[in-house]
Amino acid sequence: MQLIPCPWCGPREEAEYHYGGQAHIAYPEDPQGLTDEQWAQYVFFRDNPKGPFAERWLHNAGCRRWFNAVRDTATHRLLAVYRSGEPRPEVSSR
Amino acid sequence: MTPVNVEHPDFLWRNPDPAPGYDVVVVGGGGHGLATAYYLARNHGIRRVAVLEKGWLAGGNMARNTTIIRSNYLWDESAAIYEHALKLWEGLEEDLGYPLLFSQRGVLNLAHTLQDVRETRRRVYANQLNGVDAEWLEPEQVAEVCPIVNTSPDVRHPVLGATYQPRAGIAKHDYVAWGFARRADEYGIDLIQDCEVTGLDIRGGRIVGVDTTRGRIATGKVALAAAGHTSVLAAMAGLRLPLQSHPLQALVSELLEPVHPTVVMSNAVHVYVSQAHKGELVMGAGIDSQNGYGQRGSFHIIERQMAAALELFPVFARAHLLRSWAGIVDTTPDASPIVGLTPVAGLYLNCGWGTGGFKATPGVGWCFAHTVAHDRPHPYNAPFTLERFTSGALVDEHGAAAVAH
Repeated sequence: MQLIPCPWCGPREEAEYHYGGQAHIAYPEDPQGLTDEQWAQYVFFRDNPKGPFAERWLHNAGCRRWFNAVRDTATHRLLAVYRSGEPRPEVSSR
Repeated sequence: MTPVNVEHPDFLWRNPDPAPGYDVVVVGGGGHGLATAYYLARNHGIRRVAVLEKGWLAGGNMARNTTIIRSNYLWDESAAIYEHALKLWEGLEEDLGYPLLFSQRGVLNLAHTLQDVRETRRRVYANQLNGVDAEWLEPEQVAEVCPIVNTSPDVRHPVLGATYQPRAGIAKHDYVAWGFARRADEYGIDLIQDCEVTGLDIRGGRIVGVDTTRGRIATGKVALAAAGHTSVLAAMAGLRLPLQSHPLQALVSELLEPVHPTVVMSNAVHVYVSQAHKGELVMGAGIDSQNGYGQRGSFHIIERQMAAALELFPVFARAHLLRSWAGIVDTTPDASPIVGLTPVAGLYLNCGWGTGGFKATPGVGWCFAHTVAHDRPHPYNAPFTLERFTSGALVDEHGAAAVAH
């Protein structure tokens, strides 16, 4: 089983975690002002790269806190974990 | 040692090099791509077609699915296209002149809670109104159709009943691909393997060619049928799609005596099981939750899937797991596919089939070929546009799509 390093608790088995999809998607500041296309982008459209992907995880069976990770979706290798609110770190998949 | 007969059987298709140009380039040599190419020639007389496959023919999801075929979806739009596919399946061996081991052994979708019962009974009525064969079975009738299902009321998730579609079934997925490939090849279509698309050449909003690892190919029409890798290809055209690619795992047991006469699916317990002609129990579950392109999944998913299978089928307790694998499925927010035009002229999308694309193979090939040939959707895929995510006209099939399709 893959180990995921929680930024608070350290490495734990992935079954302790819940996946939250793409990170850094902010709620629109003025939802009423968006066009249908912009609202659709916010609600339904997400990046789906083959390679490094910034995504959210919840340490469900641990500290129960959300955090972010950069993970390579081609290799499943975790490249970085960081706390919510911190910027995406610069990492390469090598 | 005496030499055995090493004479190679006849090849089912040529293995051509790419020509400088084609009328249509289909990207993806899986079931959908091969069926699309076949119907382009058969129904529309378009034979200057290439199918580009980055690996080998039908080596992706077409070799990895659990081969379940059914059409008992809730909404009119879905019932229409899946039932169209099922009707084509019923004549496909004859049409292709190739054995597909298509076996209409029926599918049971089990209900384990009162909510399940209400929802699936509603789906039975909706199916009947759409001309899809469906009936509701009480637990004792479930036991008649599939005696090895544990219908005891004393289990954690008792079987309260099931929907039953007798015309549903399974087929041998490799044979389906080979049947389409052989016929497409006979029409003169080039099936080009080991040929990965590296770029889409778009000028003035119109596609004019594709760059590949085997050179540039000029074409006015490109039909994407690349399942889990669609987002990667669409990004080459600057398109962002409402797709997320996930690993979906499946597994088979060792060969066993025939014990399982039908197909059983269970949303609540989270597994689906059939028995292949050869004797393996074929089982699948839900997707791995995280995005992934790695064609492998997490072990705990398999562990839970086996627990679910044993809850339903105590008789499997001593069966051995032979092998497991994963395919990459492209899921959409409403669990329905995207088949149609794009903002780029001459670029067509067939994606978002998620966990259930195999059953649609002939139906989507038929409709996608029509879409490409006429530059407008076939009535059966007209509701499945990319625009529906902006207009809100979603086709929400999360209930019928089940644990997976």
